Amino acid sequence: MTQTIPISSEPPLAVEMRGIVKKFPGVLANDHVDFELRSGEIHALLGENGAGKSTLMNVLAGLYRQEAGVIKVKGKPVEFHSPRDAIKAGIGMIHQHFMLVPSQTVTENVLLGLDNPRFFMRLPQYDAKVTEVGERFGLKVDPRAKIWQLSVGEQQRVELLKMLYRGADVLIMDEPTAVLAPQEIEGLFEILRSMAAQGKSIIFISHKLQEVTAIADRVSVLRRGVATALGVPAKGVTRQELARLMVGRDVVFSLDKKPGNPGDVVLEVKDVYADNDKGLPALRGFSLNVRAGEIVGVAGVAGNGQSELAQVITCLRKCRKGQILLNGKDLSAQNALFGIQHGMAYIPEDRNRVGSAPNLSVTDNVIMKKYRQPPISRAGLLDMNAATKLANELKEAYEIIVPHVSTPVRLLSGGNLQRVILAREISGLPSFMVAVQPTRGLDVGAIEGVHRLLLAQREAGAAVLLISEELEELLSLSDRVYVIYEGKSMGEVKIGSAEPDESLIETIGLMMTGSPLEKIHKEGVGAHG
Amino acid sequence: MAESTALKKKSAGYRIRIEPRLDVPPAWYPLLVSVGALVLALFLGGILIMFAGGDPLKSYQHIARASFGNIGVLSDTIVKATPILLAALACSVAFRMKLWNIGAEGQFIMGAWGASAIVLAPVLDKDSPRWLFLTVMALAGMGAGALWGFIPGFLKAKLNVNEIISTLMLNYIAVAWINFWIFGVWSEGGFQMSPKFPLNAWLPRLADYAKSVPAFRGLTTHAGLLIGVFAALILWLIVYRSRWGYEIRLIGDNANAARYAGINITGNIIYVMMLSGALAGLGGMSEVSGMVHRLQTAPIAAGYGFTGIIVAWLAKLNPLAIILVSVLFGALILAGREIQPSGVPKMIQGIILVCLIASDFLLRYRVRIARAEED
Repeated sequence: MTQTIPISSEPPLAVEMRGIVKKFPGVLANDHVDFELRSGEIHALLGENGAGKSTLMNVLAGLYRQEAGVIKVKGKPVEFHSPRDAIKAGIGMIHQHFMLVPSQTVTENVLLGLDNPRFFMRLPQYDAKVTEVGERFGLKVDPRAKIWQLSVGEQQRVELLKMLYRGADVLIMDEPTAVLAPQEIEGLFEILRSMAAQGKSIIFISHKLQEVTAIADRVSVLRRGVATALGVPAKGVTRQELARLMVGRDVVFSLDKKPGNPGDVVLEVKDVYADNDKGLPALRGFSLNVRAGEIVGVAGVAGNGQSELAQVITCLRKCRKGQILLNGKDLSAQNALFGIQHGMAYIPEDRNRVGSAPNLSVTDNVIMKKYRQPPISRAGLLDMNAATKLANELKEAYEIIVPHVSTPVRLLSGGNLQRVILAREISGLPSFMVAVQPTRGLDVGAIEGVHRLLLAQREAGAAVLLISEELEELLSLSDRVYVIYEGKSMGEVKIGSAEPDESLIETIGLMMTGSPLEKIHKEGVGAHG
Repeated sequence: MAESTALKKKSAGYRIRIEPRLDVPPAWYPLLVSVGALVLALFLGGILIMFAGGDPLKSYQHIARASFGNIGVLSDTIVKATPILLAALACSVAFRMKLWNIGAEGQFIMGAWGASAIVLAPVLDKDSPRWLFLTVMALAGMGAGALWGFIPGFLKAKLNVNEIISTLMLNYIAVAWINFWIFGVWSEGGFQMSPKFPLNAWLPRLADYAKSVPAFRGLTTHAGLLIGVFAALILWLIVYRSRWGYEIRLIGDNANAARYAGINITGNIIYVMMLSGALAGLGGMSEVSGMVHRLQTAPIAAGYGFTGIIVAWLAKLNPLAIILVSVLFGALILAGREIQPSGVPKMIQGIILVCLIASDFLLRYRVRIARAEED
């Protein structure tokens, strides 16, 4: 084996990945991706949801096997068959969902799965060891505390301890700040800096630009499975450049978008506050309105409150403050059924976990919102003939490829399942529709089909709220775009039918990173570039 | 992980690959797999009988004869199958919604108590007509069972109390509850049983019609069978052909999707637990009025509610399949006693259960023997 001798004086690479390919059924998650990690650096891996960053890191951590490509650790090629192999090579991953046993102590969790101690637990001795490792890296945790007694931030420190105790030199952190409160994030950053200073290399997966510029030495960006930036120094790059690398800017104008003719206001969101599942504020005084016959887009980097906004509007989440009006009727105190009965359609973000029932048939899935009325049900009884007829009609009209409508939908491809959901939602002739990430994970043909269906809704006079992380999708479909940042609106941009110019894209990019529109107008776009 | 797993090489050049099924198997396939599993189980049971020093073939013949051999034993099999049928229906509807109701036993016992109270309290005069007695007893049995289902359902819906624990614990309370009544209040002369019910509180039996149909002489099959079959048909209709059943199936498969479709989940938890309890309670009424004819702990708290869990699961929660599986289990319980009071027959039951549950694997995965080079 020949060893390549580094020519420059740069520190040696801790990890090198070349030409990594990983496929999932119907998706090319990583398409010949390269990645380099230097010793002692904090390297941010940036990308939208579904861009392939977690897949790439799961390959590095031994959870997935790549179909093609080479991984080198400290210059030597390695093959990982399991996470155990990766940990042996000094690579540890800290997942977003912690892998801890709540009823056991910190020390017990750190020792879990290790060969030592083999039989007798002599915990006090190990408590001291765990404390010692923790102190070396500035991780303050009581080794005898039970996991359930700890805050989320402390639990994360236990996960870090687990990896450090196993001698990991490379730490992969999958969106570590997503679960933390703001003050905890600062604490985490201090720990990361102290670890890097002691020679540990850290990969920081994120889609939050401001964190990346605050903590990282270098940045790599993935977009739809392809690396769009490789090891760019974080100091020399602006947030809006990163945003553009993440979301792309090649707007497709093949769609025949007719000039809009907006009517009355259908949906009005007024100063809404809501919390996310972890009880942290997700929406902080967000407002928007949607008129009949127009598509209104909501742009933003993932995790800035978009999911919660859709859930609040569809009454699946309570708002803490504020008002939501659908055709003048207040939705704040209603449940999801009210929206369904008042002509609201909803294409949820998660097709499998929210939008469909995987083991039920196509028929059962398309009647989900119609089973309450004739012809599907009468006097409490379902008319299966009518349901099958409806399913067959929709299968025909929406080109759902499935041998029979009695097939369970778990056997359908992503694009086909999305067509089932669209068929169900659109066939209800909604006056208002919320679509969240309607094209995520679909191939080009399916994406175009979804876009045409959304434009047809607009022409039919429905009000459409399109929440997406794909800037090009928003720009080619929307009449207006709001930008959401940390649960607040950064302003509203009108999209003409002509091709959006550079400065408009730049403006939206700036808004996505937290600059309100008024501020940009005052200072001018150039001042930021 | 979603990737297909390959077992170790079997022989040079060939390997067995197990991959998830991506299509729907033909309709006959699940039946073939179940029958195959049953045959395999009987084969394994035969080996067991051999080790115990018996002749497997003769033993199976004996079991078959002792459960289906003539109209008399067939009737006894059906009598055994009746309470199992209703208990299994009770379990199936709760399981359909992924509510793990382990309390069919307790709901069954409470149903028996509720029905008995009509006779013993007494709510109705002992000379009341039979139709009135039976109707009120059935309603009381269902009501008491539904109450015993409501308690864990309400706790689950409002306070997220684990229904497995609460239903299991309520079983013990139900046994203690009927013991209290038969040891004290309704004891017959100090014995641990209530007095026998008057004849007009008995479900009609085939033997009652021996005068007009001599062949019915001595047959104890009672109208509880009709109640059970009727309940199975109604339940099938509810689950597969009603709005409510659609909601139950949707919640059971994906509660998030159900919430998204505007379905009230907490309400349905309570209603389904009450329906489940009512069905088990009806089983208790049928047993006490059709078979035991008095309130007594041992024959009522005989584990039908627990057998019902197994039967519901083996029938894949389908109410119509439950009818057949209940008869099979009735036969096993009855004829097993002919070989040995407990021991071997229970073991064969266990083997059948394990084989049938394991065979489910073949419905979800496809096994292929492929040349190693193909990979």
